[in-house]
Amino acid sequence: MVEELLAAYTDCIDNDRLEEWPGFFADKCIYKIIPWENVSHNLALGWVLCESRGMLQDRVVAHRTANLYAPHRYRHIVGSVRVLSSDDGAIEARANYLVVRTALDAVRYGTSEIYSAGEYQDRVVIENGLARFAEKIVVSDTARVDTLLVTPI
Amino acid sequence: MEATVNESSPIVWPQTEGIRRVPYRLFTDPGVYAREQQRLFGGRSWNYVALDAELPNPGDFKATFIADTPVIVCRDRAGALHAMVNRCAHRGALVCREFRGNRAALQCVYHQWTYDLKGNLTGVPFRKGLDGKGGYPLDFDLALHSLRKLKLTTYRSLVFASFSDDVEPIEEYLGADIRPWIDRVFNRPVKILGYARQFIHANWKLYVENVKDPYHASLLHLFHATFNIYRANQGGGCLTDPKGRTSIIRAFRRAEQDDRDVEGIAPRTYRKGYELADPSLLDSRKEFEVELTNSINHIFPCVVVQQIQNTLATRHILPKGPDSFELLFTFFGYRDDDAEMDRLRLKQANLVGPAGYISMEDGYATELVQQAILRGDGDGDSSYVEYGGEKEGGDETLNTESAIRSFWRYYRSVMDM
Repeated sequence: MVEELLAAYTDCIDNDRLEEWPGFFADKCIYKIIPWENVSHNLALGWVLCESRGMLQDRVVAHRTANLYAPHRYRHIVGSVRVLSSDDGAIEARANYLVVRTALDAVRYGTSEIYSAGEYQDRVVIENGLARFAEKIVVSDTARVDTLLVTPI
Repeated sequence: MEATVNESSPIVWPQTEGIRRVPYRLFTDPGVYAREQQRLFGGRSWNYVALDAELPNPGDFKATFIADTPVIVCRDRAGALHAMVNRCAHRGALVCREFRGNRAALQCVYHQWTYDLKGNLTGVPFRKGLDGKGGYPLDFDLALHSLRKLKLTTYRSLVFASFSDDVEPIEEYLGADIRPWIDRVFNRPVKILGYARQFIHANWKLYVENVKDPYHASLLHLFHATFNIYRANQGGGCLTDPKGRTSIIRAFRRAEQDDRDVEGIAPRTYRKGYELADPSLLDSRKEFEVELTNSINHIFPCVVVQQIQNTLATRHILPKGPDSFELLFTFFGYRDDDAEMDRLRLKQANLVGPAGYISMEDGYATELVQQAILRGDGDGDSSYVEYGGEKEGGDETLNTESAIRSFWRYYRSVMDM
């Protein structure tokens, strides 16, 4: 079930259906992208911190309307999915991810580069019969972001 | 002899317009970059290297850079801070290989030359050779082979280092007009909240221009306008030190707002129809006597101190060649912040950094320039910096490029070009 959820989640991002992205989260949710650099030094600061589904929706609106960036697409490779525990209706899971970013701008069109490598630290719950992320912490081994981060991981 | 394409010819600034036309070659030329290392970063500058809170304990060290030169900052057993070039006095290897940590001494792994936390050489293995053979001459003197020591100073929580022995005192360097604004942010001990790094494919000076440029704020960054949070005609102004090297841009909310200007001049910045689904992002707490929404303070050459609402950070600009730099954000709060304030700062960090709602475009904009000026190296290929006319230094408006002109004035004098 976790693998299916992750597959659907990354498919949504990779195929630019960002409007559907907040729907992968539970009504009460946390989404955070934090570099391993901070985690390893016990520092709480993340690059992105959404503490509600509304904040996820705001990220999408900003992505579509406000923020300016070089057009690109992602390809997520997710593997080694581990379920750590499963009780009280919540599943704790870990998975490795790799995001390859392909540039679609005028100067670097078609260039693919490893953009981020890291781990998903997920807590999955069932809501209205559907598996959803109550918590998704993206711990990015990649600390040095190439230019900027606008599309969710 | 005929000049080759690779050879640097002198930079030509136009006679009449001067610094109001910035030759694009300043952003691409390896010769200019090399000269900056020597005259600017290696000269009479105070280079930001750390926040004191990064090195709280004796033995703490941090590896960083002054432009291309690797540097170690550490705190000795007595609690004093020191900065040295991170290069073994023996054969030039990097002594400190980790980004940070805690050590009783610094040891180069190549031949195990060992230094104390002040950079003094304290021991070399097999100094007299073995079995009476080899080793260093009898007059070998440890004291002559310390790490290259840099001058170090602190101003409140900021730690600076300099290659120059006769650089002016930091108080003078920062300037009497700018200092109160630094004091405003560093009014009590700080604590580190986290780091964020961006690698930008552009010349470092394009970013310096960006943080001295209040003109772009409401035009490039559309977050606030998109969500109808505030309008382009907020109040504010900029200030520089008398030499023009250090600056601050201050923005505050105007009580009275006038939409007409905005719609006429820059319709792109004013869009109706969106509201934040979760406006708690912008919850902020008054914490300064002088309230500013944004305070962007560039301290020459390579650090920016920012306050945007309740987000506080230093932005360390680390040049990595003529066409790239790393931007290292060190977010901080105050040591006496309560849990709610911690939460507020962590949440508002959404606004700044690589994924910052109102900062992600800055690096991208500098890249757009770098990509377009790659071959803009002919005479007269230059940018046009005349917003606000010829005025230099401070200005009581955000609609000006006066602080950028001041920067170039100072840059020209230091670079002697």
